[in-house]
Amino acid sequence: MVNLTINGRNVEVEEGTTILEAAKKINIDIPTLCFLKDVNEIGDCRMCVVEVEGRRGFATSCIQKVEEGMVVKTNTPAVIEARRIVLDLILSNHDRECLTCTRNGTCELQKLAQEFYVDEIKYQGERNRHEIDDISPAIVRDFNKCILCRRCVATCKKVQGIGAIDCTERGFQSTVSTYKNKSLNDVNCTFCGQCIEACPVGALKEKDGTVAVWNALKDEDKYVVVQTAPAVRVALGEEFGMEIGTNVQGKMVSSLKQMGFDKVFDTNTGADFTIVEEGNEFLSRFQNSGTLPMITSCSPGWVRYMELNYPELIPNLSTCKSPHQMFGALIKSYYAEKMNIDPSKIFVVSVMPCIAKKFERTRDDMQGAGYDDVDSVITTRELARMIKQAHIDFVNLEDAEFDDPMGEATGAAAIFGTTGGVMEAALRTVQEKVTGNHFEKLEYEEIRGQKGIKRATLNMNGTEVKVVVASGLKNAQIIMNEIKEGKADYQFVEIMACPGGCVMGGGQPIRTSKERANIDIRAKRANALYTIDEKSTIRKSHENPVLKKIYEEYLGQPGGHKSHELLHTSYIEREKYKLDN
Amino acid sequence: MKTLEEINKIREEKRKELDLRVNVGASTHEKHILVCHGTGCTSSKSPKIIENFKKIIQEKNIENVRVIQTGCFGLCAKGPIVIIRPEDVFYAMVKPEDCEEIIEKHIQNGEIVQRLLCKDVDNTTVKQLDELNFYKKQKRIALKNCGVIDPENIEEYIAFDGYKALEKVLFNMTADEVIEEITNSGLRGRGGAGFPTGKKWSFTKMAKGEQKYVVCNADEGDPGAFMDRSILEGDPHCVVEAMMIAGFAVGANKGYIYVRAEYPIAVKRFQKAIDSAKEYGILGKNIWNTGFDFDLEVRLGAGAFVCGEETALLESIEGRRGQPRLKPPFPANEGLFGKPTLINNVETYANITKIILNGAEWYSSIGTEKSKGTKVFALGGNVNNTGLVEVPMGVTLREIVFDIGGGIPNGREFKAAQTGGPSGGCITAEHLDTPIDYESLQAIGSMMGSGGLIVMDDSKCMVNLAKFYLGFTVDESCGKCTPCRIGTKRLLELLTKITEGNGEDGDIEKLERLCSNIQKASVCGLGQTAPNPVLSTIKYFREEYREHIDHKQCRAGECKALMKLHIDSELCKGCGLCKRNCPVDAISGEVKQTHVIDEDKCIKCGTCINKCPFHAIKN
Amino acid sequence: MEKQKCEGCNGKDPKMQEILETYKQDKSNLIQILNEVQEYYGYVPEKAQLAISEYLDIPMAEIYGVVTFYSRFTLKPKGKYHIAVCLGTACFVKGSEQVLERAKQRLGIDVGETTKDGKFSLEATRCIGACGLAPVFTVNDEVYGKATVKMMDEIIDKIMENPE
Repeated sequence: MVNLTINGRNVEVEEGTTILEAAKKINIDIPTLCFLKDVNEIGDCRMCVVEVEGRRGFATSCIQKVEEGMVVKTNTPAVIEARRIVLDLILSNHDRECLTCTRNGTCELQKLAQEFYVDEIKYQGERNRHEIDDISPAIVRDFNKCILCRRCVATCKKVQGIGAIDCTERGFQSTVSTYKNKSLNDVNCTFCGQCIEACPVGALKEKDGTVAVWNALKDEDKYVVVQTAPAVRVALGEEFGMEIGTNVQGKMVSSLKQMGFDKVFDTNTGADFTIVEEGNEFLSRFQNSGTLPMITSCSPGWVRYMELNYPELIPNLSTCKSPHQMFGALIKSYYAEKMNIDPSKIFVVSVMPCIAKKFERTRDDMQGAGYDDVDSVITTRELARMIKQAHIDFVNLEDAEFDDPMGEATGAAAIFGTTGGVMEAALRTVQEKVTGNHFEKLEYEEIRGQKGIKRATLNMNGTEVKVVVASGLKNAQIIMNEIKEGKADYQFVEIMACPGGCVMGGGQPIRTSKERANIDIRAKRANALYTIDEKSTIRKSHENPVLKKIYEEYLGQPGGHKSHELLHTSYIEREKYKLDN
Repeated sequence: MKTLEEINKIREEKRKELDLRVNVGASTHEKHILVCHGTGCTSSKSPKIIENFKKIIQEKNIENVRVIQTGCFGLCAKGPIVIIRPEDVFYAMVKPEDCEEIIEKHIQNGEIVQRLLCKDVDNTTVKQLDELNFYKKQKRIALKNCGVIDPENIEEYIAFDGYKALEKVLFNMTADEVIEEITNSGLRGRGGAGFPTGKKWSFTKMAKGEQKYVVCNADEGDPGAFMDRSILEGDPHCVVEAMMIAGFAVGANKGYIYVRAEYPIAVKRFQKAIDSAKEYGILGKNIWNTGFDFDLEVRLGAGAFVCGEETALLESIEGRRGQPRLKPPFPANEGLFGKPTLINNVETYANITKIILNGAEWYSSIGTEKSKGTKVFALGGNVNNTGLVEVPMGVTLREIVFDIGGGIPNGREFKAAQTGGPSGGCITAEHLDTPIDYESLQAIGSMMGSGGLIVMDDSKCMVNLAKFYLGFTVDESCGKCTPCRIGTKRLLELLTKITEGNGEDGDIEKLERLCSNIQKASVCGLGQTAPNPVLSTIKYFREEYREHIDHKQCRAGECKALMKLHIDSELCKGCGLCKRNCPVDAISGEVKQTHVIDEDKCIKCGTCINKCPFHAIKN
Repeated sequence: MEKQKCEGCNGKDPKMQEILETYKQDKSNLIQILNEVQEYYGYVPEKAQLAISEYLDIPMAEIYGVVTFYSRFTLKPKGKYHIAVCLGTACFVKGSEQVLERAKQRLGIDVGETTKDGKFSLEATRCIGACGLAPVFTVNDEVYGKATVKMMDEIIDKIMENPE
């Protein structure tokens, strides 16, 4: 243990603790900006500087480790002045259109400027100007707002192992840029959106989908159907100040109905279809010596990653569409027929925790019923924005139920939103099919939890199935290399692009770096999903009565002709970089 | 491969053969023509001179004459330099076409070519290099072999005690004894900051880790400094040997030298030195059967000043952008590839072998109480003898500028000198007698720096000088931390504003406030020292800043925007030369009448000033 | 040295392949390889970057970040005659700025640009270590010391007159 003094108070902490953490322990808050725990610990913004007795310059509290007998002062006039000048300088090179910024009110820089009462930019000067990249269907990059904290760079490179963006040029000209400042669309970006979650300001954001949705709602000709992904309901409340991990399904459905959607359906039902189709596909590969391992395909960031980096493994990818795409196709076919609505008039909106779904919607072979399966994808954040625009008193709303006939879902579908959930849901169905009898095991602890990679060998009445679950693309890369190099003999692989799965998707509410450092956001959101599962009466997808009915009435067999037409898709090899010549 | 015995034999034989290089008038029937092949002389055609000498000697079939390409002699202003030994005759500013005359007169007839002898600043003709005032106060330790040996010939290096220090260390000393010797010598880092070298070595030795590295920082980047380059060009083996000794002392068996790619000659010579050392069995595995392994690799820099900062240098060797790391951890504990690493600069290494051979006591007898040994300076700017000088610590600036440097040319006044380049500060006339050592320079707001010493006369504007250095820093800032990335840019903008005549009351205070913040809050040495030129010029030339701001005046006349040209009616004869030459027709006046400049039209190009035969145009 | 044109140099370009293969597939070799590429082609072609990216498994954005960090690397071919004026302190103090201004004026290009005909390119360089000869500039590898505006004029004239 190490003893030190911070602002005159003694504190004892473990060796290797940073000054920042030690101060936190005795409730002394040191402001940070570029710091993102375990991801970006580079100390370059200089907001967290403190005085250490006997040292010439300031110490960087977010990185520097405590030393025995250290005397630290975190809020001397000199330190405060230094921080104010740092803010002054950052703001002098920042697009200060705060009122019209997507992060107005949630911006970490704005908050610091408020706290330090920066009432005037004293060091005005030249500002870097850059074109906004809004070419991709998913992410908008506005470098005019970038403060070069590099949290996005570290996230993309270190967490996701992609490196689509990096620091380029030097000195005042430094920028965070793609290769040759191309659009994210033309480089190896997967649209996972984790960079957006990391950005303290408004330099990175999702491509807006709300305008299209409002327009559809305005259009009397349109029959507007909305569906919501499993992970949205356990995070949406945060946008309204509710506790992390609160399940707000009922209020969410209520607010959607108030906004005027014609039908409010649950993507969870779509997830049940995915499980049944994917389970069937797996069994068929497993029993007929098909290409194994089979890899899940419901995370579009992951799918794009694979197309960019491992095209040779495309045959391993399940041909199943992701739940909302399947569901969209069913709404425009089965549901349209049943309700006698012209499918061309149906406008399907997906509310997703995900940025890549915006891209997925635009993919080829996503028109199961002859129309785009989904017409607009908005994120959890965008839904919250719409609810606020509609001035709905979200917190005090009465609960409402999803609409029939596509509102019934199982517990298996709910856990789709967290890493390991798809695998667990699939296993509940597959095990039963393999063993041929009603299998009692429901909870697969071995693939739960927030570890990046979880491996397990499951014994199904003597038949062994080796599975692996990975979340975060850097972990995915490890698994893909194992497979590519023939070092692994998995049969079933679940991959989600975002670390922790959809609950931590790029479209979820953005939490500050301080919250990320101090709260286990992943676990709280995931636990809320497991609670939904636990409380469900039906916990296996194939037992969902809605599915049974639709297969009977319309689709026929899982994996049958109609299913393939509507619920399956294909993949292509993608060039990582579009070169100029 | 050569055994140690063979190396020692080479030393003995070669030393005899090369005695004429160091013994003036040695009795021998041989003559050596030494031609400087450093970057300075090379750029004024010394390779052609070497070629010509060789050709003529061959054509004339002259025996017992050898042409040797050497490293820098130091007096670059007089280059290309040719010296003939053993008589030690020094020819300056030699042209390729002079070779024939030198051969015919001097070599064949023993007659000195008078017209090629060097003239000192006082106009006396000098025959020998050492007679020049330029050399009188110098003491050559780091540069000992520069200009004496052929840097590409390992045997010449061996002849002058080369690899003897290594032998001593490997056979007669323990690692701790080596470190103790270096510690006792009082040697401090010559890269600029002056950290005690022995301490650095012992930290690296004490650090835990199987794999350790020794790195040589040869990313010399201060504008106007070329000490390291000259050492690498003139005596590369002394750095190889020192790095091996350092490796032995700290427990490293792999070394890297990081050299600027802009130094092609240095790179080539150092690579050659590595190759020959390998060929002679000096570098490699189980050296001289002692069980000590050492391997050395050259890494090229690619044009980033910040890579002279040790952690940025490590990043660069690892193949990344040269962005400094935060310290601690220090490289001694976590350096290259995360392993304990010793980093010293070229000049520091160049002192090592001499300390080992002559002892700490000898070394520490030179210099001042806290700064031992010598320091090499690259003397440049408005001074007569520009070039490379090595002086004992404690020599005063006055001695360097006026005795060694020969004073200020063109009858102008000394105004200030800048040491430490963009990280340093200016030293004014009142401090000319400050002894040159780490503490004294710091006390007057400058720093030792790596050794650039730029002299400025009274035609230099100090605000403009600060602007120049800030322009450099802004260009070279890596962009990692806020104060340096944006702060230095804002400093430059404020300085530009002042030099363009838009300065306001309060700007100086604004500069000072930002400077002090950048010093304290920047991540690395580049940022922390970037404000020094601003602070030191404000400190010593505040009134010049005030003139720029209050009276929109630049007394040196360097800040063009502040020029207000007018024609002195007393002096103007009305010849019309200025009028005819003005590119924008801003001058009017009848013949034989006083002419007038229209200030609104004038673009301050200065053409009229140069054209006026009567010096009538005033600022 | 006459710079090589990079026509479709990629992993299959024999010279590019040769450069790559002299290095281990170790990320720390990036700058060494880029130095060789710059030396051989006179700039760092896009396809060379892609070949390096694949060989060393480094994302293109990172390579681009390194290329744009170090001033020695250029993304566009330099002119046939590359004029570099030293703005190191010694040269600056002795008036190299005017010499550079003159070159800009004469060639109608700014620092870092190449003339349309590809004949000239201009650079303001850091100290090249020939301070004793200040001010200096270089044309390709040739150093011109004690430079003046007139000297710059003469050299540009000479090159321009050269019909080739």
